[in-house]
Amino acid sequence: MINKNGINARTITDKEFFYGHKACAGCGGSLVVRLALKVLGERTFTVVPAGCMSAVGFIYPQLCFTGNAIISTFAGTASMLSGIAAAAKALGLKDYHVLGIAGDGGTADIGLQALSGAIDRRDKIIYICYDNEAYMNTGIQKSGLTPFGAKTTTTPAGGNIRGTITQKKNLFEIVAAHGIDYAATASIGYTQDFLNKVQKASKVEGTSFIHVFAPCPTGWGTPSDSAIDIAREVVDTGLWYLAEYENDEFILNKNPKEFASVEKYLKQQGRFRHLQEEDIENIIASRDRKWKRMREKWSTNNK
Amino acid sequence: MSKKLFISGNDAVAEGVRLAKPHVIAAYPITPQTVVVERLAEMVEDKSLASEFLHVESEHSALSACMGSGALGARTFTATSSQGLLYLSECLHYASGGRFPIVMMNANRSLALPWSIYGDHRDSLSQLDCGWIQIYVEDAQESLDMAIQSFAIAEHLSVLTPVMLNLDGFALTHTYELVEIPEQKEVDAWLPPFRTPYAMDFDKPKNMGFSSQPSDNTEFKYQQHRAISDAKEIIKEIDSSFGNTFGRTYGGLVDAYLCGDAEFIIIALGSVAGTCRTVIDELRKEGRKAGLLKIRFMRPFPDEEIITITRNAKAIAVIDKDISFGYEGTVFTNVNSALSRYPNHILKLNFIAGLGGRDIPKESIREIFDKLNDGINNNSVKTVEFLNLNVETDD
Repeated sequence: MINKNGINARTITDKEFFYGHKACAGCGGSLVVRLALKVLGERTFTVVPAGCMSAVGFIYPQLCFTGNAIISTFAGTASMLSGIAAAAKALGLKDYHVLGIAGDGGTADIGLQALSGAIDRRDKIIYICYDNEAYMNTGIQKSGLTPFGAKTTTTPAGGNIRGTITQKKNLFEIVAAHGIDYAATASIGYTQDFLNKVQKASKVEGTSFIHVFAPCPTGWGTPSDSAIDIAREVVDTGLWYLAEYENDEFILNKNPKEFASVEKYLKQQGRFRHLQEEDIENIIASRDRKWKRMREKWSTNNK
Repeated sequence: MSKKLFISGNDAVAEGVRLAKPHVIAAYPITPQTVVVERLAEMVEDKSLASEFLHVESEHSALSACMGSGALGARTFTATSSQGLLYLSECLHYASGGRFPIVMMNANRSLALPWSIYGDHRDSLSQLDCGWIQIYVEDAQESLDMAIQSFAIAEHLSVLTPVMLNLDGFALTHTYELVEIPEQKEVDAWLPPFRTPYAMDFDKPKNMGFSSQPSDNTEFKYQQHRAISDAKEIIKEIDSSFGNTFGRTYGGLVDAYLCGDAEFIIIALGSVAGTCRTVIDELRKEGRKAGLLKIRFMRPFPDEEIITITRNAKAIAVIDKDISFGYEGTVFTNVNSALSRYPNHILKLNFIAGLGGRDIPKESIREIFDKLNDGINNNSVKTVEFLNLNVETDD
C-alpha cells in the first residue's frame, strides 16, 4: 500500500500545521488532523466543529492551526465548508483545499444533514470523519457510531444492560448511497493507506469523504501508547475495514484471509471489559454477516 | 436612467440584492420568503447576477454556509422567515459573535403553535438579543433601498455586524407597488466591493471562530456591543449618503411623522405605519394632534430619538405585533426602558395587535388614539391590551 509516487513516511513534510494543542496523550483524532494537513499543505481552509479538536487547539489566544482555520457550529461542519468553497470560487482563488475534520457524533449524528446537503450539491470539499466511537469532548457519551457492547457514560454497563445495545451506523454506505464522487474508510493504524486516500480525495472534482478510525485512549480505557496498535488490530479483526467507493462501485482494499482475535481486541479496552461470551459471539456474528455481504458484492484490490 | 417597476416587497428585495452583487447566496425556501430566493435563482440562471447560489438543505446550513463565505471576506446574502429563523437561531449568535457582515432578509411571520403562515413580529423580536442589527421597513421601495444599505451598514469596518432586514409577511412581501430601481453603475459607485483585512488569507492565515476563556469573553462581547451601538451614527450617515445619490432618505433609526407638536404618538414597526399615517392625516383634519414614530431599527435601539421625539407628547401607544407572554410586548418594553430615563412620566400604553396576520384596520388605530385621550383624562385604561380581542375576559 506504499504510494511510491505520492506522500509516504519518507517523503512526508516535516512541517507541522497543527501543533501546540492540548489533546490527550496518544489521541488518535489529533493525529488525523496532523497527517491530513501534512498531505494537503498550507493552502488549506480547515473547518472543525465544536468538539475535541476545537477544544484542544482553538482557545484564544492559543490557536494551533498554522493555516486558515475556523470552528463551525456542531451541526454545521459541512455547510460551513460549502460556504467557504463557494466564496473561494466566487473570489477566483486558485490552488487550495477546503477540508473539514469532524468527529463521529459531529458527522453521523448532528452533522449528517448538512453533510448530506453538501454531497448532494457536489461541493468541492474534503470531509474527514475521525471516529473515536463516542462523544469524547463532552465526556464519553454514546454516539451513532458507538459500537455494540461499548460502555460509555450514557450507556453504562450494569447488571441489566451491558453497555451500548445498538449497532454502529453504517456511515460509509450512507454517504456512498448519495452517489458521492469519492468515499473511503481508513484507520490511523494503516497510516499509508490513510495518506493515500487523503491524496486521492484532494484530487476529486466534487465531494470526497473519508471515515477514519481513530482511537481515544482516554475514552476507551487503553494505554496512551496504544492508539496505532489498536487501530491496526481493529482492521485485522474485521471489526473495521478499509474500503473505497468511486464510480458507483465499492472496493475492499484489504481482505484478510484470517481475522485476528476479536476477544483479545475487545478485552484490552476498558470500554469492552464487561462483555460476556455471548456478547462477543454476537459481535463476531455481526462481523461475519457484514464481511459475507462485502465479499459477495464488493470488488477487492488487495488480497 | 433608473426605471420603475410594479413589483412586490419580495421582488424589491431581490432587485436590491442583485444590485449589491453578492458573491454567495445560500437559501432555503419558506413561505412567505420564497419569492426572494426564486427571483435570485432566476437572476443567477439568466446571468444577470454572478453569484454562487447554494441550495442548502436547511436554514441552519444556509447561515452556516454564509459564515463560511463571510470568513473569506465575500459579500453574502440569505433570506428566511419564522420557523426558519428559529431553526437557524444558533447561527444568529454565531454570526454576530464572529462579526460576519451577512445580510439576511426575514419575512416576518407568526410562530407555531398554532401554525400560521401569516405575518407578525414574534419571529424576529424573539431574536432581538442575538447581536444582529434589525431593520423594519414599511413599503417595497424602502425594502429595495434598505437591501442595498444593509450591505453598506454590515460591511462598514467599524460595524462588521450582520443585518436582518425585516419585511411584514404578505402585507409587504406580497403587495405590489411601483418601485424605482436604481441604475447599476450608481449602485456600484455607492456600494463598492467589500474589502476587509479580517478575512482568511494565504499570506496572513487566520484562525477564526475560536473559543475564549472567562478572562477574555467579556472583552469580546464588549467590542460587539460597542460596534452595534456605534453603528447608530454610521446608519444615519449611510442614510444621508444614500439620499444624496439616489434621492431618498428615511430618517436613519426612526421616521417621525407629524410628531413635532403631537400630543398623542403611536410608536410602531413595519407596514402598519402606513395605516397609522392615513389615520393621523384624518385626525389632523379634525384638529387632533396625532403623530407617528416609526422605529426603523430595533437594534441598535433608537433610545435617544424616542426620548427626544416624545418629549412634548401627553401620551404614547406602542403597537406590538408580538407578546412576551406573561408580561407585555417587546417593543413596549424597549420603549419604556428608554423613556424611564426621562423624568417626565407620560402615559404609555401597549396594544398587542396583528398577531398571526390579523388585519389592523384604520378604526383600530383611531381607537388607540381615543384610548390615549381617555387615559390622560383619568379614565381607566389597561396598560397592555390585546386589540380587538374576540373573547370575553374578566380583566
